[in-house]
Amino acid sequence: MNAPLALSAAPVAASELDLARIRADFPILRQRVHGKPLVYLDNAASVQKPKAVIDAIGECYGGYYANIHRGVHLLSERSTSAYEGAREKVRAFLNAASVQEIIFTRNATESINLVASSFGSQRIGAGDEIVITGMEHHSNIVPWQLLCERSGATLKVVPFTDAGELILEEYERLLDSGRVKLVAFVHLSNALGTINPVKTLIELAHARGIPVLVDGAQSVPHLAVDVRELDCEFYAFSSHKIYGPSGVGVLYGKKALLEAMPPYQGGGDMIQMVTFEKTEYADLPNKFEAGTPNIAGVIGLGAALDWLNAIGLDAVAAHEHDLLEYATPRLNEIPGLKIMGTARDKAALAAFTMQGIHPHDIGTILDREGVAIRAGHHCAQPVMQRYGVPATARASFAVYNTRDEVDALVAALWKVKELFE
Amino acid sequence: MSDLRDLYQEVILDHNKRPRNFRVLPQPTHKADGVNPLCGDRISVFLDIEDGVIKDIAFQGAGCAISSASASLMTEALKGKPVKDIEHLFEAFHNVVTTDCECPRGLGKLGVLAGVRDYPSRVKCATLAWHAVRAALEQRKEAVATE
Repeated sequence: MNAPLALSAAPVAASELDLARIRADFPILRQRVHGKPLVYLDNAASVQKPKAVIDAIGECYGGYYANIHRGVHLLSERSTSAYEGAREKVRAFLNAASVQEIIFTRNATESINLVASSFGSQRIGAGDEIVITGMEHHSNIVPWQLLCERSGATLKVVPFTDAGELILEEYERLLDSGRVKLVAFVHLSNALGTINPVKTLIELAHARGIPVLVDGAQSVPHLAVDVRELDCEFYAFSSHKIYGPSGVGVLYGKKALLEAMPPYQGGGDMIQMVTFEKTEYADLPNKFEAGTPNIAGVIGLGAALDWLNAIGLDAVAAHEHDLLEYATPRLNEIPGLKIMGTARDKAALAAFTMQGIHPHDIGTILDREGVAIRAGHHCAQPVMQRYGVPATARASFAVYNTRDEVDALVAALWKVKELFE
Repeated sequence: MSDLRDLYQEVILDHNKRPRNFRVLPQPTHKADGVNPLCGDRISVFLDIEDGVIKDIAFQGAGCAISSASASLMTEALKGKPVKDIEHLFEAFHNVVTTDCECPRGLGKLGVLAGVRDYPSRVKCATLAWHAVRAALEQRKEAVATE
């Protein structure tokens, strides 16, 4: 069955990227699945890795790997220098003031847990309030719930509109209680694609003296982030969503705050001096990096940032926006398909439902057509509850996706319709 | 498309659209909820058991075509069966959706779900209702999860 082509013929992609060259950087994209060319549209879950990242990890293990920070031998010095070099790359990427403000963790989730645990235990107590939004990933809900259980604080949630935009009046109303000790919100919603007005949200909190954590897990691969311009207290993201390896996360924190905070975990590398009577902690950032970290992974993240910087985030954003503009009307043409999340400021992802067809069935059928999407609650069950659905299907785009792949997605969705009719 | 038809057979699509025994039993002797944490799907099963025999069985809830059809077909297969056979039937059904074995006669039309064996991520969908039945027989209060 052919999709009706009410839309005019697609103009040539407006993007200025050399897509063929970018795609050639990703060995994994060259394969076929179930006999069809792989169309990977599950990028909001995790993106694929360019050869530069795979090579950087291989070069570390194959050429100069050793434990860092305490070796007197050459390999340890080289590993330390590559690891700390990656920290500088992250600093520059976020435009942080100092490498001391860049803490390596396991993922964005651990970065948020670090703040909830360390900052939370020090600054948040019974009767206090923590404000989050209704469109948070579970990773920016559960750590605060745990903190509330421990401390007796209360979690407050900013609602959003049907389009998926935060209601700022409600946000301000919650901030005005006088009891809010921290605001934590997502920069770019993984379930809706909404890009939140972070600068405004931060200013409104700061006007009341409230510190802010931004969950940047989804935003960093798609739009340029300048933590000094945003002026947020904390910014968290994961390496694996920005073309780096999994198992590495980043927490940016303002130096004065990090210095005042107690350690998150105890162990090696985070100490100055240990006796059984008393331990002096190491300076930043080591104070928050107990134990041997994911050395090769951090170096891989550095390579990923180099790779992304060479393309340029503005070009990435323009290309992905083109894909969204191309995909949205073609998806809306499919009868019974409903896109969830239609914010004016939206990133390149489409979460949708199809009348009478469960997202899991959509996902299975698309997989057989070579199209990899996500079906489920996307670790954002409150968002599903907001719209009264158990799950959605989600196609999310990265820099290496093409208009042809959007066409493959749309054609596969028409097949879903056909099968279920 | 042909291999997809192996999974989404007409019987499955039919039971998905028009699930049988899709209702609430007003006074069940046993009931339980099953939840698939992967997708958040949740179904409730209700049983009326008399003298060790399933007199009536029904279900409610929302799920994918595989879990809905499986639940619907299961209610048809289990109605009138002795309770002592359920564990054995569940095992047989599990084999049908995970291995290359033939579908035993006692499972009725449930053999149409054999295609699930080629889709390992969907086995949990096919067995959700069975997990709920087992939980109901064990009189469990909390929803049973597939993992």
